[in-house]
Amino acid sequence: MAEILFSKKSCCVNPLKMSQPMGAALAFLGMDHCLPILHGSQGCTAFGLVLLVKHFRETIPLQTTAMSEMSTILGGFDNIEQALVNIQQKSAPSLVGLISTGITEARGDDVDNFLKLIRQRRPELNAMEIVFVSTPDFSGAFQDGWAKAVTTMIDQLALPASQCRPWQVNILPGCHMTPADIEEIKEMVESFGLYPLILPDLSQSLDGHIPETFLPTTLGGATLQDIRAMGESTMTIAIGQQMAPAAARLQEKCGVPYRVFDRITGLEACDHFLAFLSQLSNTDVTPKYLRQRNQLVDAMLDGHFYFGKKRVAIAAEPDLLYTLASWLSEMGADIVAAVSTTDAPILRAVPTDKVWIGDLEDLERAALDADLLVTHSHGRQAAQRLGIPLWRVGLPIFDRLGAAHQLSVGYRGTRDLIFDIGNLLIEPPHEHTARQHHPPPCADSTPTTTVAYL
Amino acid sequence: MNVLKGKITEIMEEPACAKNQAKDEKQRKAGCSKPLTPGAAAGGCAFDGAKIALQPIVDVAHLVHGPIACEGNSWDSRHTFSSGPQTYRTGFTTDMNEMDVVYGGEKKLFRAIGEIIEKYNPPAVFVYQTCLPAMIGDDIVAVCKMAALKFNKPVIPVNAPGFVGSKNLGNKLGGEALLDYVIGTREPEISTPYDINLIGEYNVVGELWQVKPLFDALGIRILATISGDGRYHDIACAHRARAAIMLCSQALINVARKMEERYGIPFFEGSFYGISDMSDCLRKICRLLVERGAPVELIQRAERLIASEERQAWAQLETYRARLKGKRVLLFTGGVKSWSIVSALTEVGMDIVGTSMRKTTQDDRAKVQAIMGTDEHMFDELPAKEMYRRLKTAQADVMLSGGRSQFVALKAKTPWVEINQERHHALAGYEGIVNLVEEIDKALSNPIWQQVRAPAPWEREDWGWEDCSARFTPTTTLNTKGERGGRDPVQ
Repeated sequence: MAEILFSKKSCCVNPLKMSQPMGAALAFLGMDHCLPILHGSQGCTAFGLVLLVKHFRETIPLQTTAMSEMSTILGGFDNIEQALVNIQQKSAPSLVGLISTGITEARGDDVDNFLKLIRQRRPELNAMEIVFVSTPDFSGAFQDGWAKAVTTMIDQLALPASQCRPWQVNILPGCHMTPADIEEIKEMVESFGLYPLILPDLSQSLDGHIPETFLPTTLGGATLQDIRAMGESTMTIAIGQQMAPAAARLQEKCGVPYRVFDRITGLEACDHFLAFLSQLSNTDVTPKYLRQRNQLVDAMLDGHFYFGKKRVAIAAEPDLLYTLASWLSEMGADIVAAVSTTDAPILRAVPTDKVWIGDLEDLERAALDADLLVTHSHGRQAAQRLGIPLWRVGLPIFDRLGAAHQLSVGYRGTRDLIFDIGNLLIEPPHEHTARQHHPPPCADSTPTTTVAYL
Repeated sequence: MNVLKGKITEIMEEPACAKNQAKDEKQRKAGCSKPLTPGAAAGGCAFDGAKIALQPIVDVAHLVHGPIACEGNSWDSRHTFSSGPQTYRTGFTTDMNEMDVVYGGEKKLFRAIGEIIEKYNPPAVFVYQTCLPAMIGDDIVAVCKMAALKFNKPVIPVNAPGFVGSKNLGNKLGGEALLDYVIGTREPEISTPYDINLIGEYNVVGELWQVKPLFDALGIRILATISGDGRYHDIACAHRARAAIMLCSQALINVARKMEERYGIPFFEGSFYGISDMSDCLRKICRLLVERGAPVELIQRAERLIASEERQAWAQLETYRARLKGKRVLLFTGGVKSWSIVSALTEVGMDIVGTSMRKTTQDDRAKVQAIMGTDEHMFDELPAKEMYRRLKTAQADVMLSGGRSQFVALKAKTPWVEINQERHHALAGYEGIVNLVEEIDKALSNPIWQQVRAPAPWEREDWGWEDCSARFTPTTTLNTKGERGGRDPVQ
């Protein structure tokens, strides 16, 4: 069992963590015809927008209540009301995700009451569902914001059902699932004749497609009808421990039992998932997946040479860290450094001695003799200094193409992960020079006069 | 906070600002802050602006005092380059938590400054205020003062919390920090009659290095760049320059104007974008230096350099004229001056079908009008929806804009070239304008456009089912189980 250690530093250096409101915003981006609004200064939205645009390479609908110094002190009622009215007139989304930030939380805006009052004063907003999530920047991390947004949506929008649809299952993916991961999970579930309701569903909104018209809201995702029908499902499947509270809330409200899968990356983990679906549906695993399983076994045999005793340093949000560290250690690698953003029970199950709640400086210092760095794109400077390869995971990935289509669940996803990471381990940069006593003149590929950004 | 209020009022009333000069007494009193519309606002905050203005100083530590959002969501995302130190690319933040909100973040900030100095020992630490600590009353000016004494190192407060205003205001507040705490605090080792400052040049993707060789060739020394590839010491010595060029559409006009007032450094507003602009800059700076005592032969040398550089650049552009003539450009930009690009693109024969006039002065408008002969294509705002409609209905062949509207163009399957501060191609100087035209040519001539715009075969109007019956008849039979035997018909 890993020990959880908290950084005692006053100065966070090279942040790993991103803020709660961004996680909540991403959850709303997996909803159809939705427009998330950050209740804060316009900069909160601008930074988040740039971050998500660079990661997904898509237009991102994200608005702001544009709080000024004065409105922050006086309270945000007027700004929220005006924002909702403007948005209703300009974009008319079906759902607005209203997300608080640090200043509006510290000031103590009672948004729930604001919304009650606005509903009374503004009947023209009736066609719009509004879900408010409390996500101060000064506590928690990205993953917490996502989980809170999903729990709040269930809390507010799911309906207790009088009937059960035996073939319908709810899927609650964690924020570490890419659109490609969600698509893969959906296909796996459907292969058993089951009908999945996915909340949130980024595979419909941020999968990178060309829409027919221009819309100022999301272009696909889970619909309000989907959430309302979730109470009729036979089972809820949560992926990642972060989704357990949301699944529990749905059970409490609608009586749908749930099962949490900590991960579905790795042979055994996938076996458990498919075995569960097979028993749930009383249907055999289809030949397609038997073949994929076979391919994964072969990939493990071919690839294990390159993973055995390799020293890997990972920094990621709790569920993603747990998933990758567990799978890498199943491939024979040692997790020599593990850093996460926020405390979560799953971190104790990470196969290593210590997990730091810290930043990328902590990772870099613990990774001095590592062979591979695994974290988001901000690890590029550390990887360059350490002279080891970087495998980019999580968010943001702003210096590589196809972040939305990076697949790492299921047999196929695990197989490709073996190939992609295995290839990095086969051919590290500076392979012939990195471990020499005297660094040769070209050991650092960066010339001193010009700096090439990755 | 009152000091900050005063600063903001002062910036709003900037006497050197062309926009302010055009206003009457009453308008000037009203200031230039545009109230933001909740639910319909776009753009960065004052903190963002201050960071843009100062982060290009490469050897200092930039410490953000605030919750994780302000630095965690944005660090190391700008393409300003360094010829040496990489400290500016390190993300430092106090990552304020609940306890800090309750008890105040000043002590944590003080300790954070100490940690940075101990571990990284930069020549100075810049401390950025953000909304949350400003709201709970953390006094960063006092903390910086204490820390500077204790650690015996410059610790510079940058008081531009996000909620006080726009990115542009933040640029200027960043400049104020340099005026108040940095410029004039040190003396250069040597001084020459050829020393200049560049104000508002950020070395985005190394653009400074496209113009520096030109100044080098004339023996002009860039004493300090504020702030691209900047060093703390150089900026601290900037008050000894003989003249200055102010770039980037007045983002740091307050710095240029106050340095003229305090230290008698004359300046002019120039642009490195476009051939005539670059030449103009060289001529003007030489004239200013000569006025201040540099040998008059500098002007002749500059003319010779300009003649040779212009000849080369035009010769290079000429090769694109045939390929780009008549192509229609939609120009949507703020930071990089529209008119200098308009003039360059017009020179290679392109048609400008629309130019945004955001963030530009009356003077800029007049220049665009003079080049194009009309103002009918100018617009102040172009909502994304309208932009998409124009591109989708093929009213332009290529769009030049910032990253924010990149995907509007791409989703409309229109070639797009990036020209704002996040750009990946250096566009300054004689070399830069050739780069820009080359980028436009590359975007327009890419073979993907034909394929991505074509409908799938089954979406075409002439789509019909080919008569495949002949392929089926001889061998396709159903066996006893009802499965099709023989050859698969659709091989």
